[in-house]
Amino acid sequence: MVIVKLENVGLRYGVGAEVLRDVSLSLEEGAFHFLTGPSGAGKSSLLKLMYLAQRPTRGLISLFGHDIATTKRVKLPALRREVGVVFQEFRLLDHLSTFDNVALPMRVANVREKDIKKHVTELLAWVGLKEHMAARPSTLSGGQQQRVALARAVITRPRLLLADEPTGNVDDKLAVRLLHLLEELNKLGTTIVMATHNEGLVRQFGHPRICIDDGRVEQMGPLRPARGGAIKVEGKIS
Amino acid sequence: MSMFSLRHHSDLPLNKDPGTRFLPWLIAFMVYLAALSVVATSIMQSLSTRWERGVSDTLTVQIPAAASVNKDQSQIAGALKILRAHPAVVMAEPISRSHVLKLLEPWLGSGETLGDLPLPHLIDVSLRRSVEFKAQAVSDEINKIAPGATIDDHRIWLDRLVRMSHTLQWGAYIVLGLICLASIGTVFFVTRTGLAIHQDVIEVLHLIGAQDSYIARQFGEHSLHLGLKGGFLGLAAAGPTFGIFAYLYRQVDSSLLPQIDITPVQWAVVMTLPILSAFMGYVTARSAVMRTLARMM
Repeated sequence: MVIVKLENVGLRYGVGAEVLRDVSLSLEEGAFHFLTGPSGAGKSSLLKLMYLAQRPTRGLISLFGHDIATTKRVKLPALRREVGVVFQEFRLLDHLSTFDNVALPMRVANVREKDIKKHVTELLAWVGLKEHMAARPSTLSGGQQQRVALARAVITRPRLLLADEPTGNVDDKLAVRLLHLLEELNKLGTTIVMATHNEGLVRQFGHPRICIDDGRVEQMGPLRPARGGAIKVEGKIS
Repeated sequence: MSMFSLRHHSDLPLNKDPGTRFLPWLIAFMVYLAALSVVATSIMQSLSTRWERGVSDTLTVQIPAAASVNKDQSQIAGALKILRAHPAVVMAEPISRSHVLKLLEPWLGSGETLGDLPLPHLIDVSLRRSVEFKAQAVSDEINKIAPGATIDDHRIWLDRLVRMSHTLQWGAYIVLGLICLASIGTVFFVTRTGLAIHQDVIEVLHLIGAQDSYIARQFGEHSLHLGLKGGFLGLAAAGPTFGIFAYLYRQVDSSLLPQIDITPVQWAVVMTLPILSAFMGYVTARSAVMRTLARMM
């Protein structure tokens, strides 16, 4: 089943040049893709379109079978709850504890506090942060913050997980550990798109790639045989 | 002000905003002014009701002193006959010369020479409101037997007082309206500032699937909390002010300032001002946030 579909999508900010041009791709449920490309190529912009932070200037985007252009605004939050996001700078809320940061998506979804406590405690134990539940994010190391961000992104068991260079600020060892966590989630059925500059990780884990350069999808396929789902890229212009 | 603290869950650190510090004080001041305006309006209403009652109740007939005592007596008797025969007149009684002199004492003193003054004769008249009394027609009739007699219709100047009190009442309503507008504007701009300060947090909440109402409710509850704090503080400050005004009012000895009755309903309005202001803050903050968030995708 295709859960994300982009057709001839273009994006520009204000009156500037297009940062994404004629992007057409579709992601199958359960796939794992790396999103690669040089800085400024449009990786973050593509992810923003997928996590519904931005409307495209042109083209069509479909998420879980819903055409975003025709979906009522009031229904978008429900779609967003199906998408977990690990932001580039993690974007943890520093006035809240680790527990409350991870609990946030559940509170937003009006889950009972009793269930929130149970699930958040379990998940923080899974990412190895059970001892830091009361800590503020600013007191945690980069790796710990990264895991809090990941826990927050997956606490509601999203169907799609988007990670925007989550390994950018951590060492290789932590980066590999994060990839293992993501693979575990992928095995549980979560579709994953992870933007990264780290070619070593891309080679090591060998998932298919969406390569963007200058706002265009340039190539596809893994550096090694793919282990994730299929990706179709259409309208490729190099 | 911790006694008014209200526990509420918030994902936004609104308690640390600069507006949080001054908004309760500002609302306290607004509620204080609003309480004074409501009480002033109530007083004006009470006074104008009493004056309106007075307007249609009494008048005075003035008969110039005649050349002889006998003529004076016949003119007064004639006027009384005409007045007492009128269906609108409940009571018509001549005011004694000694009482007239007493009324003039503050201006003319109490010397013996006053007794020689040709003072006019006065007749105090009470009317029933249900029957029309045409002052001019009655005056013309009395003038036939007592030339130069005039009717001092209290209604003319009392009517002016009533109109003045109505104007003041409307002035108080306008002040109350302006206080409301100023409060709404303040809460609106404090909320907008909060939105700007917490833009990052709001964006994160938005992107993890928070409905606009979820975010707006937090701003609304924060304003409600501050509104209650400030409102009760303002009401507490208004209490002693009412006491001082009541004391000063009692010191004024004038028949123009009758006893003021503020009804339980009017007191209830004053007592609910903190709740009204807090609710207004909630609605204003919530709608300001909803409007701003509606611009996001």
